[in-house]
Amino acid sequence: MTTSTVINLTAMERDTALLGQLAPARQLLLRCIHCGTCTASCPSAAAMDLTPRQMWRKVQLGMTEEVLRSKTIWLCSLCYQCHVRCPRGIPLTETIVTLKELALERGIAHSHESAAFYRAFADVMRRYGRMREVEFMARYFLATNPLSALGYARMGLTMLARGKLKIELPRLTGEGRLDRLFARVAELEEQQ
Amino acid sequence: MKYLFYPGCSQEGAALEYQRSTLAVLAALGAEVEELEDWTCCGASVASVVSSLLGVVLPARNLALAERAGGGRDLLAVCSACYTNFQRTNGMLAADHRLMATVNQALGVEGLAYGGSVRARHLLDVLANDFGPEAIAAQVQKPLSGLTVAPYYGCQTVRPYSPFDDPQRPTSMIAILEALGVTIHRHPREASCCGTSLLTTKPEVGVQMAAAILQACEPADCIVTVCPMCHMNLDSYQDRASRVAGHALHIPVLFLPQLIGMAFGLPDDALLFRRHVVPVRIGL
Repeated sequence: MTTSTVINLTAMERDTALLGQLAPARQLLLRCIHCGTCTASCPSAAAMDLTPRQMWRKVQLGMTEEVLRSKTIWLCSLCYQCHVRCPRGIPLTETIVTLKELALERGIAHSHESAAFYRAFADVMRRYGRMREVEFMARYFLATNPLSALGYARMGLTMLARGKLKIELPRLTGEGRLDRLFARVAELEEQQ
Repeated sequence: MKYLFYPGCSQEGAALEYQRSTLAVLAALGAEVEELEDWTCCGASVASVVSSLLGVVLPARNLALAERAGGGRDLLAVCSACYTNFQRTNGMLAADHRLMATVNQALGVEGLAYGGSVRARHLLDVLANDFGPEAIAAQVQKPLSGLTVAPYYGCQTVRPYSPFDDPQRPTSMIAILEALGVTIHRHPREASCCGTSLLTTKPEVGVQMAAAILQACEPADCIVTVCPMCHMNLDSYQDRASRVAGHALHIPVLFLPQLIGMAFGLPDDALLFRRHVVPVRIGL
């Protein structure tokens, strides 16, 4: 190695906290034999910066920041193929959900689109208790690239013509249907 | 057979035709179905990423409502993501008493509690195993012979928590389709991923996944699916998928109960083919 690594204490401290949160997952990953079945089974592996197997190796080695910054976790579509095929029985897809949660919590998500997608969905869910597809997509495109919505215009108009899109006025004031449940969950998570 | 019906959010919007045809087919088969009162979103694949506890509490809220509605009825889900969330939550709560206690502390603000007694079922499981091909065949008024159908299961219908089918090579639809008189087009993408939300967040990756499935199904007259997310991706994105495939893809995508309803001779108001993006003009 010709490049020297500057040791950043803040980053290391943050890493320690991260390692703590990932301890149960890392314990399970000790079983991994690096056979690569996860990578071979993944439908979006070709678009990833770390293949699934490389990612698990980095988690084993404690290189968690790098994993949380990767595109890989946001390209997982939760198809559970690696999960059911893992010959060591490691719940891989569930572990990716944990990695996404940690990345989102720390605001270090590689993908602005994915983070916006989760936030918009969660907001609409909390507000109305049920998904409102049109408001969710509007919130998503406003938070990402409003112009990219144009690429969906033709599809949107067809869906509107077929009655597949339900237009409802947003209700932005007053208590949301699941506000209290969301608040209680946040409180309980704080206590843990 | 009596069920508590959990429609899930998509059934009130984009996939209304799935709800309508499901209820019509179950009524024709003699099932008693009651919608779960006051149901809310199961959290989809989003809640557990926002907060791991929320990802268990949101499905548990609906399971608690189902437990209170009583009668020992199974909770019937038609969306594979809702189904997976209920299965996942029941599994996690059964294995972890502390988590169960925490979840109940949260549900307390809604005046609810969950004891873990509700069984969640997928529509495909109910059709294949509670009713089965013989009961379905008995209701067929117009056999769909001459129609070639490509079954498509998607991921979360059978992965990872399916107690009723093989998680990698599912076969539950075969006997049902045979009962309708169709020819079945078997293909290697029957349980591949449709791309789910990647079609929105990473379209360059997601559209390829949908295109691969559409191409594998091309020799058939139509695709049948049992998941509203899969349906949305396969039916609405065929223009974009055609660009990836390099040729025009044009194949109707039906929900399984729509195809069953067609064979039962149910009226179009129960099937709502007019809502499809790719027009359904088969065997009618």
